[in-house]
Amino acid sequence: MKVAVLVKHVPDTETRIQVKPGDKKINEEGVTYIISPFDEFAMEEALLLRERLGDVQITAVALGPQKATEALRTCLALGADDAILVSDPAFEGADAYVTAKALAAALKGGNYDLILAGKQAVDDDAAYVGTAVAEFLDLPVINLVTKLEVNKAAGTAVAARDLDGYSQVIEVKLPAVFTAQKGLNNPRLPALMGIMKAKKKEIRTLNAQALGLAPNELGAEGAKVEVKEMFVPSKARKNKVLTGAPAETAPELVKLLAEEAKVL
Amino acid sequence: MGHYIFSDEHEQLRKSVRRFVERELAPYADQWEAAGGFPDEVFRKLGAQGFLGLRYPEEYGGQGGDYYTAIVLAEELVGAKAGGVGTAVEVHTEMATPPILKFGTDDQKQRFLVPAIKGEKISALAITEPEAGSDVAAIRTMAVRDGDEYVLNGSKRFITNGCRADFAVVVTRTAKEEHWAGLTLFIVEKGTPGFTVAKKLEKVGLHSSDTAELVFEDCHVPAANLLGQENQGFYHIMWELQGERLIGAAGAVAAGQRALDLAIEYGTQRRQFGRSVAKFQANRHRLAEHATALEAARQMVYATAWRVQNGEYPVKEISMAKVFSTRVAFEAADFALQLHGGSGYMMESEIQRLWRDTRASRIAAGTDEIMLEVIAKELGL
Ligand SMILES: Cc1cc2nc3c(=O)[nH]c(=O)nc-3n(C[C@H](O)[C@H](O)[C@H](O)COP(=O)(O)OP(=O)(O)OC[C@H]3O[C@@H](n4cnc5c(N)ncnc54)[C@H](O)[C@@H]3O)c2cc1C
Repeated sequence: MKVAVLVKHVPDTETRIQVKPGDKKINEEGVTYIISPFDEFAMEEALLLRERLGDVQITAVALGPQKATEALRTCLALGADDAILVSDPAFEGADAYVTAKALAAALKGGNYDLILAGKQAVDDDAAYVGTAVAEFLDLPVINLVTKLEVNKAAGTAVAARDLDGYSQVIEVKLPAVFTAQKGLNNPRLPALMGIMKAKKKEIRTLNAQALGLAPNELGAEGAKVEVKEMFVPSKARKNKVLTGAPAETAPELVKLLAEEAKVL
Repeated sequence: MGHYIFSDEHEQLRKSVRRFVERELAPYADQWEAAGGFPDEVFRKLGAQGFLGLRYPEEYGGQGGDYYTAIVLAEELVGAKAGGVGTAVEVHTEMATPPILKFGTDDQKQRFLVPAIKGEKISALAITEPEAGSDVAAIRTMAVRDGDEYVLNGSKRFITNGCRADFAVVVTRTAKEEHWAGLTLFIVEKGTPGFTVAKKLEKVGLHSSDTAELVFEDCHVPAANLLGQENQGFYHIMWELQGERLIGAAGAVAAGQRALDLAIEYGTQRRQFGRSVAKFQANRHRLAEHATALEAARQMVYATAWRVQNGEYPVKEISMAKVFSTRVAFEAADFALQLHGGSGYMMESEIQRLWRDTRASRIAAGTDEIMLEVIAKELGL
């Protein structure tokens, strides 16, 4: 069987995000990157499938700048057989729609039985790519999966979803796309031996041309939505210091507490 | 940029260990300190991740890594925020099991090393006795041959992991007369009749690791459990102590660095006389001194590790790294506590635990004074 896992390289959830005034993307200086946690569930599920079913070929796929190979290296260290980086300067300004289109192009013809992704990436939380990839590839999609069983002989999969107040069990004919929800599994970390083996595994890079995508389908031009503004909500306290004789500042303070702070 | 002894793969390993520590260890530090230990399950989790066999050969379930991987583990375990966790793990990976790999028979490796690397068996190393501390050659625990068994009589104290170990590597005396030449190592399994844990000892620090007094009373151990060569135990253990000391030094530097980081963080934020207390010249110069000493210690550990990785056995430099690192680490922790003022002396501070924990490293694995004795001997004095 062939399984593709979509992973996104995102800023560590612990990082304090900063945006330069006027910019429409985060300031990457000093930011450490991780694999988006929901994608880690997807990757772990692929590894578990291989442990259960034996012959499972795992390909990790990421779209992003050259730096995103770090996420793919981690997947290779975890046990992915190979990896694809979809990368092109022309993707600058891409939205989730363009991302999904490019990923679908990279996956097309790969004969993957399962495509696993996180339910959303924790940086922009669009919760769009897994579903859109399925749409572009004309495949069924099951979102928010918390349990997955594959029947290799029948060519089917049964997935469970925990919803608000009830659960669903859904059967689907493969190939299909699944997006992972928290609770699906408990992801392992790369072991030293895996890290060493990953050195020898291949990461193929596919650019726009290799994907057969026209320039007007890419980046900001191909995007369906446009980010107009990006900023970090200000939480800074505006301190006010009253100077002068207590007899003068006390009434002033009472006035401020009542009118500005509105606590009186 | 990382240090030149570490490759990209070491840094990836570091990341992996760090995430494990953040996820599986640090959140439970307070709970384990209060309980005086952590669950055996933690060893199994570490084993499942391959962290208990980083530098062990693949044929025994190890990861086949180099010596630097052990340094990475020792450094990152400091992130557990309870020194006892690192102590317990390092005793297992860098004290009790290395002699089995180096001197053990294949049968012993299968029975003890393989499950130890998996974290299914926890190990201890029992050298110290009431009458034999720094003076290892004074060991009195007797092992007398009886057919295809040896009968052990004696006691051990201050034994890390002693309360729960599934097996202990025990240093005994097999030849009465000889001082150095009469020592022999045995692997003694938990549950062997005559082998008991007499007491769990209360310590100043390292509360997450258990420390025991062990008693052997007509304890019959199969001859198949004799580790290495009979009467060569002293030399085996002197070999073992080098690894233990260098790893101890690496862990100490990381702990000292954590103390310094805490001091800078607290000292910058704490204001008195209208200024951050860390910014008073008296304090910032001392912070700079400790940072410098820690950097020197770190370079010493790395340079010595490089020599070990390249097949040397530099007793002098290992002893120097041990005494210097553990000392500067404790001194950094002591000043860090001072800079915290009363807050540092309160049990809820992180620094008080580091201060108590780093103190032990100047005693365990050979005291400051013994390290200086070894160095002096190497200098021909
Ligand atoms: C937290 C902790 C964990 C430990 N874990 C283990 C373990 O797992 N296994 C194990 O076998 N042991 C363990 N030990 C024991 C440790 O190795 C000994 O405590 C240490 O070697 C010192 O021995 P001692 O306590 O008998 O002190 P002593 O040898 O009695 O020393 C007392 C003092 O005399 C000094 N001294 C001794 N000889 C000389 C000399 N020739 N010149 C100058 N000064 C000298 C010492 O430096 C010390 O200051 C542990 C100890 C601690 C504190």
